[in-house]
Amino acid sequence: MTGVLLSINGLTKAYPGVVANSDVSFQIGEGEVHALLGENGAGKSTLVKMIYGLVKPDSGTMTLRGAPYSPAEPRAARASGVAMVFQHFSLFDALNVAENITLGMENPPPMRDLATKIREVSETYGLPLDPFRTVGDLSAGERQRVEIIRCLLQDPKLLIMDEPTSVLTPQEVQILFTTLRKLTAEGVAILYISHKLEEIRALCDNATILRLGKNVGTCVPSKTTASEMAELMVGAALHIPERNGGELGPVLLDLDNLSVTSPSAFGTSLKNITLQVRSGEVLGLGGVAGNGQDELLGALSGELISTPGAITLEGQPIGALGPVARRRLGLLTAPEERLGHAAAPDMSLTENAMLTGSVREGLEANGFLKWGKARAFAEAIIERFDVRTPGPGNAARALSGGNLQKFVIGREVMQRPTVLVVNQPTWGVDAAAAAAIRQALLDLAAGGTAVIVISQDLDELMEISDHFGALNEGRLSEILPARGLSVEQIGLMMGGAHGMEVAHV
Amino acid sequence: MLRLEKRPQPSQLWTYLTPLVAVIATMIAGGALFAFLGEDPLVAIRTIFWDPLFSEFAFYYRPQLLVKGAPLVLIAIGLSLGFRAGIWNIGAEGQYIVGALCGAGVGLAFYPIEGWYIFPLMVLAGAVGGMVWAMIPAVLKVRFGTNEILVSLMLVYVAEQLLASMSLGLLKNPQGFGFPGSRNLQQYASAHNAELIAGTGMHWGVVAAFIAVIFSYILLNRHMLGFHIRLTGQAPRAARFAGVVPARLILICLGASGALAGLAGLFEVAGPSGQVSINFNTGYGFTAIIVAFLGRLHPVGILLAGGLMALTYIGGEIAQSNLGLPSAAIQLFQGMLLFFLLAVDVLTNYRIRLKQREVA
Repeated sequence: MTGVLLSINGLTKAYPGVVANSDVSFQIGEGEVHALLGENGAGKSTLVKMIYGLVKPDSGTMTLRGAPYSPAEPRAARASGVAMVFQHFSLFDALNVAENITLGMENPPPMRDLATKIREVSETYGLPLDPFRTVGDLSAGERQRVEIIRCLLQDPKLLIMDEPTSVLTPQEVQILFTTLRKLTAEGVAILYISHKLEEIRALCDNATILRLGKNVGTCVPSKTTASEMAELMVGAALHIPERNGGELGPVLLDLDNLSVTSPSAFGTSLKNITLQVRSGEVLGLGGVAGNGQDELLGALSGELISTPGAITLEGQPIGALGPVARRRLGLLTAPEERLGHAAAPDMSLTENAMLTGSVREGLEANGFLKWGKARAFAEAIIERFDVRTPGPGNAARALSGGNLQKFVIGREVMQRPTVLVVNQPTWGVDAAAAAAIRQALLDLAAGGTAVIVISQDLDELMEISDHFGALNEGRLSEILPARGLSVEQIGLMMGGAHGMEVAHV
Repeated sequence: MLRLEKRPQPSQLWTYLTPLVAVIATMIAGGALFAFLGEDPLVAIRTIFWDPLFSEFAFYYRPQLLVKGAPLVLIAIGLSLGFRAGIWNIGAEGQYIVGALCGAGVGLAFYPIEGWYIFPLMVLAGAVGGMVWAMIPAVLKVRFGTNEILVSLMLVYVAEQLLASMSLGLLKNPQGFGFPGSRNLQQYASAHNAELIAGTGMHWGVVAAFIAVIFSYILLNRHMLGFHIRLTGQAPRAARFAGVVPARLILICLGASGALAGLAGLFEVAGPSGQVSINFNTGYGFTAIIVAFLGRLHPVGILLAGGLMALTYIGGEIAQSNLGLPSAAIQLFQGMLLFFLLAVDVLTNYRIRLKQREVA
């Protein structure tokens, strides 16, 4: 290890009512891959935002290569050689790769020079990318490459990556790791934020673990087991859901050649999806984001209508029914996007309990709403799923992501579904809450519900699924028993090294 | 340096306080405007806000308050349903005109028969007329995805031409010595929307406005349809997830606001105005948009805002005649009210933070 690149001393940042970071100190050496580990709400984002100049620390100092460093805004951070790849991409679907990169630059060079440069950088680091492709047509992995190349064009000394692998296939993860190793060999330091402990063990030199805003320990990931790191993260031993794999009952939900056109121009239409889920079964559907997951959930929730016979619930054709009728029959769903889709951000939890609970929980009579009952229902969800909030009167957007997710999943689980479909049930949720959600899904299955879990987290799917299938460009792979599947097999089901070739048709 | 910081939750306090702050800011800026026009700002403000209620001639102005306020409230209640769902009916003025034409047309068709059933039929015709006029942008939006703002606004001008044509043609008073305008419904007992209690300004339109307020309050707070309206406005995707059919909601919201605007037109033409004439419409349909927002799209708020707006109307007229202020100044004053309301509205969702600029 050569010299210290970035040194952080006693950074503290408090928001009204919560201390996001308290006296956090650590150092990143040049060419080091440094992991930042922690549950949701542990203060990782705030810390990174301070380093990137988005948030100003209340106290504490940073030094970059020995000189005091206090970026007033991201532009100053970039000028000092700090770049960041965000978890959620900020790209315009309708523009091409080069145009998107131009938008982020202070002094963009002429388009032709830029395109040459993009090609150069992408070849040097093994990130194949055609500068003139429209971003809307790119896979999530390719979009991430756009973001990374955008950063690399600035010649960064420190690259911050926020959960970079959450949208990638195993093969794409390997490509990314190769790139990152090349970068570190050139002396670039990487601050790597992730939940995925195995990844951190494979990639990172050092790790700093945050809990409740405090630095609770550092470790050398390659010499520490995943469960030791997890315990440091949550401060207690993890409760890993158990799969008891009971006998499967009759088929409850049957999709027969379901084809639905996506309502969005950049969406993925579903093509001939055929599957069956039985009582007591958990069917895991993997796949890289944007391969039809949202559309499948929409087609099952009733937001997208198909031919009546394409979807059968307990022998009854329901393809042409709307969301309310499907709920009444027992098909419940929980979409991926918590704010704005599963829940209305500015409405209270009581109102959000009404949103899907009105039919099955009897929260309305002749169109008139029973707010008292809705409030009691919301309170019951909060109680059973340990949602941390002052009360059901709070607005949904005031809850942290994990807590709102527990509420949204809990709302459907508490309605005793016949079939439950969830999309990304533990996306951005801390380890403890994720375990609780998975356990709730398993309990539901044990009680005879058929559960479909759509997720991009393969570890999660392997942990809870009886059967596994993958979505790729709106098509469903063969469905296989989850037990005994290898990572390579799963990768191939998900579409192989999706987007590895530039000329992917 | 001032900086805006997003609140974790919308502030309850500011939701109620912003209209008040906006009114005060309007008084200050309006006062400055009147001062520039060479009037004593205090006198001008007092003329507008105080005289209609408490001066020696207030007995004449107070009934006017109900007469002016009722159509504003009635129209604004209808508009607020759509606005809450993100459906922008800007053409209430046109629906008001068509409602008046249909209602008056039914009344005049019966002339000179007297009968209890004539006025109820006119009310029905007024509501249906306004609704049909609003259904044009609604159906076009649902069927072809047109923009309801543009279509409803343009239909206002179509309705104005229709009004002129009716005043000069079909509905023209045959005994009117060739002057444009219909028979005066005030002189046709069965069709007259008379004051329910003499000298109070209280006519059926005022009653309808109060009923609309109560009905809309119950709808928005206690009924699934109202819940879906609010949900659609706040989170359209969540609304579809909850089972809302957007097309149906567009038809309901535009239809309801059109019907209420049509009712307002009917009560006006059969009551205070009395006849269909070329300059029958006076901009209630547009002012009601201000009223709806001033009242925070809340039924009770709209009731209060309608009263306030009527006050500035009447006060403005007094100021025009007594102080000689130009009518443009009064309109500007009313415009300021909406401007300040929208500006101060930021405080509901954001708080202002004083930020010292640190020296790097």
